[in-house]
This record gives sequence, C-alpha cells and structure tokens, in this order.
Amino acid sequence: MKISNVLNTKAPKATIKKSGMSSLGIRNTRWLSFPYILWMVGFIIIPLIVILYYGMTTNDKQFTLENISSILNPINLRALLFALRLSLISTVICLILAYPLAMILNKSKMKSNSFIVMIIILPMWMNFLLRTIAWQNILERTGIINTVLKFFNLPMLNIINTPSAIVLGMVYNFLPFMVLPIYNVLIKIDKDIVNAARDLGANSRQTLFKIILPLSLPGVISGITMVFVPSLTTFVISNILGGSKIVLIGNVIEQQFRIGNWHTGSGLSLVLMIFILISMAILSKYDKESEGSNLW
Amino acid sequence: MKKFIGLSALLILMVLLVGCAKDDGEKVYVYNWGEYMDPETRELFEEETGITVVYEEFEQNEDMYPKVQSGAVSYDVICPSDYMIQKMIENNLLYEPNFDNIPNLKYIDGAHLESAQEYDPGNKYSVPYCWGTLGILYNTTMVDEPIDSWDVLFDEKYSGEILMIDSVRDAFAIALKFLGYDLNSTNETELEEAKALLQEQYPLVQAYVIDQVRDKMIGGEAAIGVIYSGEAIYTSRENPDLEYVVPKEGSNVWIDGWVIPKNSKNKENAEAFINFMCRPDIALMNFDYITYSTPNSGAWDLIEDEDIKNSPVAFPSDEILDRTTAFRYLGEDMESVYIQKWNEVKGE
Repeated sequence: MKISNVLNTKAPKATIKKSGMSSLGIRNTRWLSFPYILWMVGFIIIPLIVILYYGMTTNDKQFTLENISSILNPINLRALLFALRLSLISTVICLILAYPLAMILNKSKMKSNSFIVMIIILPMWMNFLLRTIAWQNILERTGIINTVLKFFNLPMLNIINTPSAIVLGMVYNFLPFMVLPIYNVLIKIDKDIVNAARDLGANSRQTLFKIILPLSLPGVISGITMVFVPSLTTFVISNILGGSKIVLIGNVIEQQFRIGNWHTGSGLSLVLMIFILISMAILSKYDKESEGSNLW
Repeated sequence: MKKFIGLSALLILMVLLVGCAKDDGEKVYVYNWGEYMDPETRELFEEETGITVVYEEFEQNEDMYPKVQSGAVSYDVICPSDYMIQKMIENNLLYEPNFDNIPNLKYIDGAHLESAQEYDPGNKYSVPYCWGTLGILYNTTMVDEPIDSWDVLFDEKYSGEILMIDSVRDAFAIALKFLGYDLNSTNETELEEAKALLQEQYPLVQAYVIDQVRDKMIGGEAAIGVIYSGEAIYTSRENPDLEYVVPKEGSNVWIDGWVIPKNSKNKENAEAFINFMCRPDIALMNFDYITYSTPNSGAWDLIEDEDIKNSPVAFPSDEILDRTTAFRYLGEDMESVYIQKWNEVKGE
C-alpha cells in the first residue's frame, strides 16, 4: 500500500538523506521493524483476509459473489455514487482552501508559522465525534447561527440535514489532512530552485505553475488521498449532519454490520476498497517522484 | 530501610490475599444495557450474598448477540429485548432457569408475563425487567390540536417539524399500525403499502434519529418526535411543554428481560441475581434511577409519589396496553426484507 506516501511526504531532497542512511548499515537494524510487522500482520493483513473471507461466503460457508454483486442493487449503487460525489466535492474544496493556506504558511516567518500550524492541529486534540455534534448544534434551526440571524431578522440558514451540511462536515474534519502534507512538502522545496527560476526570467505565475506546483505534487496527492478516502467511507458525518436522511455507502455498510449481516457488509466493503485502490492508482500516475509506492 | 521492606511485604501479602479472595469467591457476570441499573443495587447484592458482580454494558442488542453466540465470553445474566430473546431461544442459546430459585417472580405483574409470551412462549426462559411503549412526543406550544393519532406524522402541515425514529422495525411498526395491520406483519402487500406511506413521509421528515430525539425535542428543534416512553419522563421533566401520547391506532410495547445463556458457568448465582432484581425494593431503586417502567407490581405498590404512581406515561392503563403489541423475531430473511424496504424509503 501507499502507506509511506501517505505518512511521509517526501520532497526530492529527502531521497539523499535516505541513501545516506543505508550506508550506516540499515541491515543491522532490520529487526527494529519486527514489532511493526507483527502489528501489521495482526491488525491489517489478518483482518483483511477475514473481510475477504466473509465477503466471498454465505452464511452456510458456501462460496458466493452475491455479497459483492449486491452493490448493483439500485439503492446501494445510488449510495455509492452519492458518496463518491460528496467526497469528490469536499476533496476539491479542501484542496482549494488548503493549497493557498500552505503557501502562506510556507512564506510567513518562522514564529507565527508554527503558531498557525498549531491552530490548524488544535481542533484535532478534541474528539472528531464531539466536533461534528458541535456543528450540528451550530447549524440547527434553534442553533447558534440561526439564533443570531433571527435576532437581526435575517433569513434563516437551512442547511442542516442536507448534503451541504455533510460536505461542510467533511471539509471541516479533513482539512488539516490536506494542509499538513502540502505544507510539509512546500517547506522542503529548496529556495534556491525558486530563486533560480526567477533568475532565469520566470514570472511569479510561471514559477508557481512550472516549479512549485510540480514539486509539491507528492504532498497534494497524499492530501487528496487522506481527504478522499475517509470522506468516501464516513457514516458518522452523514448520520449526524445529514439527519440520517441521506444514505451514503458507509451508512449502508454500517447498517449491514449492525444487523449482524457480516457477509453483505464485507462484500460491500470490498467494493469500496476497489474504488479506493483505483483512485490511488490514478493518483500514483501523477506521482512518479515519490518513492516506496511501487504497488502500481 | 527495614521499615520499607516490612511495608512492601505487607503490601504484597495484602495484594495476594485480595487476589485469592477474588479468585475463590463466587461471581456473577452481568451484561446489561448502558445506564440501565442503579449501581447501588449491585453493591447491595454483593453485600447480601457475597457474590461478586462483574458488570459489563452494551449499546444495542445487535452488539451483544455476536459476543454471546460465538461463546467468546461467557456471561451469566443478560438483559436483551423481546425479539432478541426470541432469536436467542430459536438459536438454542438460552438456559431454562430453575424458577424455584426465583421466588420473587411472583411480584412480576401477570399482564406483562402475558405479553412476554409473544416472544417467550410459556415464560420459560426470561424474566421481564423493564418495559415501555413507543409513542409520540409533541411540543404543546408548536401544535394547535390535540394529538392522539399517528396521522400527524404523515400530515403535510407539519412538514419539517417531524423527527422520525431511525430504526427499521419501529418505523414500520408505526406505518403498519396506522394502516391497521399487525406490526409483526410478513405480508408482502402490507409491507409494500407501509413502505409507500413511509416514502410519502420522507420529504416531511426533518431528521431520522434515535437518541438525539431527546435533546432536539427539549431544545424545541421540532414539534413532533417519535420516542420510547422511558425517555418521555425525562424529557417532560426538562421541558414541561412536552407531552407523550400512545396513539389510538396502537403501538409497540417492548420488554427487556433477564435471561441466562447456555454457556453460563454460574447458573445458580445468575438465578440469585435475577431473584434479587425482582425484589420490590430493589426494583423500585432501579425504577427511580432509570425511569423506565417496571413490570414489578410489588415495586409499584411502594412508589410514594402519587403523580408518578398514576402517570399514564410510566404506567399506561390497560385500555392503552390492549392496543399495543410486542415485536416478534421474524427470521433473518424477513429482517433483510424489512431493511431493503427501509433503504428504499431513505434512498429517495
């Protein structure tokens, strides 16, 4: 998987550091990875196999593809398409908001810069569920925004329990996951490269599109993955901010597990995984720079 | 230094002793709903019997079921709901308690044992613990007519003011009862009709909720909500404008009951625990704490507050109860039919 890409966004410079490390004798420290491998087998590989098993069998342990093909059921298909649409919208919004912010962070002076980064991370200190419930209280008809609007005799804002509220919830919750990887890449871009571009006569727009943007692509791609994937699979945000009126594929899967139908739930999860893998494959085409993601 | 060694030796000895006491002592593993028992009653049980209570909680019947079914953990006493008790009986997971060890069963009201027969024929496996009805909670300042029927949930006048229940069986129970059918219906045409009704309702609904209905109704977010009677006592305490009614078309009556799973290792302790929970003074403590109606007539006799004793919410009259039916487990296939239809309603 592209774990290394997601967790560790590398600017070109990082490559040099890595090759330096191997000369220090990485072979002798290989055993250090043992706990992680154990963890990975126990909590990633085995569960995946279990999901695969449940997804491909019936209650009587017979092989079947019915669980997977249940995605073609019009209701499930609609939920999947709607989830794809909402998560695409929120990913685009996150990108539009996050890129300029990351650029500003990169350009600003060191002190205020770490302060702003902290402001971005600060909300994550509180549980995600609580923050989403807080949004419900803000957007509700008797909520904070509408109470203020009502006081000034302004028209009410009626977006709670609509798809807009869900997109808002996704953008709010996942924005830091877009800002941080982009910022991490931008900060590692050698200032001399930018200076050289300017030196050679590129104007600021050309520098942005021909130098900074291509170099920051690995960060953008991790950001997109880290926003798109959780948005696609969420069921909590759509439950809380959508008033359960809007059914996304995550809600369908959750419901299947809740009623104890692990087989259909696993089958649908497998379909969702396929979509995630496809999106990662497409993304990695634009991400030839980064290392350690040779899955495709 | 000597003092230190002495002290630590003493400490180790104490730990060992406590550990031994715990290991040898009698235990009972209880698995109950969250916030569903006065913790003090457990302490009293421990004091009186010397049996240690190991207490765990679950959120939903569906969380509890796979744990018990797989046999991964062996509990001694569990408190599932009606249809789940039936499912467990049908799947051969329950032990038939020896009712000679539960003499306090005599305090459980006959009418409730009667309705428990719907899911536990002959009352062989379960002892009712709490019960309640499903009904409408409405804000008297936001509606302009007396409400006594499910039809307000389908009335365009209240578009956007309705909080519908987000639970398959409950939602269909409402539609089926409104149409005059049995809420345990497995008839395809009846279910189709109910689905069509719920589909018509979809645009009128503000949100589908379960637990959140409490806070939303207290805050005046909606005029009408569907709620369980046990919550209604709490909500009207918080907001006096809220009133609860069991609609005239009839509704669901649910019962949560104590059962002993087959793989229990302390069956006699389990019976002692159930017997203790049926004792009137203990049942009363639990009723005061969780405000869900108790089927224990001995406890009802002990209630001092006349308002609560005669509350139509906590203790509805027989006339209301005659209109209510308990859920039956309809089998896995029927369950998926219900869910498919419910998804069609919400997939609009």
